[in-house]
Amino acid sequence: MTNVLVCVKRSADITGEVVLNQDGTALDGRFSGYAMSAHELAALEIAATIAENDGGSVTVLTLGGADAVEQLREALSVGAQNAVHIQADPTGFGPTDVAREVAEVVRAHEAGGTGYDLILLGNDAADTGNFQTGIRLAYALGRPVVAGVQQIEVDGGAASMHVGAADGTETYEVALPAVATVLEGGVQPRYPSLRGRMRAKRAPIEQADPATEPAGTAVLGLRVPPAEPSRVTILGEGPEAVPALVEILRKNGVEA
Amino acid sequence: MSDAVLVLIEPEEGRIGLVSRQALTLARELGSQVHALVLGTGEEAVLADAADYGVAVVHEPDDAELGAYAAAAWASVLQSCARATGAGTVLAGGTPRGTEVLAHLAARAEVPMAANVVQVTSTQPLEVERQVAGGAVLERMRLEASPAVLTVAGHAVEAEPAPTPGEASQRRFTAGINADDLRAQVVRTGAGPGGDSTGLAAARVVVGVGRGAGGAEGFEDAARLAERLGGVVGVSRVVTSMGWRPHHEQVGQSGTRITPDVYIACGISGAVQHWAGVSSARTIIAINTDEQAPMVTKAHYAVIGDMHEVLPALLEALA
Repeated sequence: MTNVLVCVKRSADITGEVVLNQDGTALDGRFSGYAMSAHELAALEIAATIAENDGGSVTVLTLGGADAVEQLREALSVGAQNAVHIQADPTGFGPTDVAREVAEVVRAHEAGGTGYDLILLGNDAADTGNFQTGIRLAYALGRPVVAGVQQIEVDGGAASMHVGAADGTETYEVALPAVATVLEGGVQPRYPSLRGRMRAKRAPIEQADPATEPAGTAVLGLRVPPAEPSRVTILGEGPEAVPALVEILRKNGVEA
Repeated sequence: MSDAVLVLIEPEEGRIGLVSRQALTLARELGSQVHALVLGTGEEAVLADAADYGVAVVHEPDDAELGAYAAAAWASVLQSCARATGAGTVLAGGTPRGTEVLAHLAARAEVPMAANVVQVTSTQPLEVERQVAGGAVLERMRLEASPAVLTVAGHAVEAEPAPTPGEASQRRFTAGINADDLRAQVVRTGAGPGGDSTGLAAARVVVGVGRGAGGAEGFEDAARLAERLGGVVGVSRVVTSMGWRPHHEQVGQSGTRITPDVYIACGISGAVQHWAGVSSARTIIAINTDEQAPMVTKAHYAVIGDMHEVLPALLEALA
């Protein structure tokens, strides 16, 4: 029975045009919408599969404002059974602060009889892109950590974790409890079932307050870089452009 | 701030990898004495490259435990090197390994880390600008702790040899690895369950396909074109999330980053995340129905039209 904790973050959707808030301190998702990242959806899928295979459980956790409950409910609809909401304005929390708060919850649950064998986070947050929260969490808990994991199998007290690399897939065998940061692409996240959605609506959410005043981030400001001027040469429209295209290919040393 | 700066460098095919050379270039702005720790073994060519890039000392641990990659173990070596050299700044290229080892270092040293830095905006105090939101936004951040820990975003800095070569004297040492730092270590490397993306990274020609394919059956012409041009097919994130093609063919920020001579992007709108993985192609050609698509405006050449009309005509012309 593997108990998995998955940490998710509500961030502005960055797949379309990115807009900043008025004082330029954070992304504004009012128009694009908010979502958890593709990495986190993959982490939830990995967690749900592991828990289903050995009768374990999946708990989802977030640190965020009141709206972040939306992401917790979404996670509950795709395989998580329990949810924890650390209510706080996430913009004031740096990666070290977030890691410490998550570690506090893990220790408190452990003291209450619920330990987590495996803790999964996204490899990097879609908005702040710090690439470090999961690793800091592992150090806070004194556990081993692997970054950029795409697939995990658990067997007894150990996990095989697979990471895509330039020359193949690298496998780690890690004794549990452990932490992994997940990179999307190794699994296909499931869609919520109707039953899952109904359950997610009713599921209780454990509320927690931050344990410590955050040290904060050292962010001075954000800006959207100006678009680079276009340098494109339009070769033409449709099949008529093919002769020009062939010439360009040949000019660039392609055997065409 | 100390004058010494320490760079974690990654060899690639016996040379210093491009992203590491970019990090070395930025490092010279941050200190007058550049030290390098080689993640792997420092062959002759690595030392020669290090000299070209102004490195004073190349540090090479000889611990047998480092034979198989373990991020925590490398972070411990990097940390002891930072102490020994008195480095005020430690940096690496923003590769998966570079980022992972530096995040471990930052956690161990209990200092902040700035990921994917594109430029240094001030050295006193140290302030940097870095990519966030997949490169769509730049964030200015102050790094006050010592050592300052940062990774350099791939291809944000032009790799340039130093005006005066460095000595690149070799320092071999035994670091001493703690067993705790080997709890997560690579035990084997092989073809993964998801397939192999090696071909994409090394390809000289890549035919990219996006939403414009229209469905799982819309890739045949692109595959034929890739074969005809001696290249391979790469796809956008939409394509893999629709399940049209497997993930190991994905190109972009969360897929493979490519550096071909020619990239032909068919039916790809060119989201920031895709662009991040293809912008290092020498020549980029877009085939797209929308002349306002970012892929078209950012490309060197473009054909405005439906890939399902243009590709058959192109294949016929090449037959």
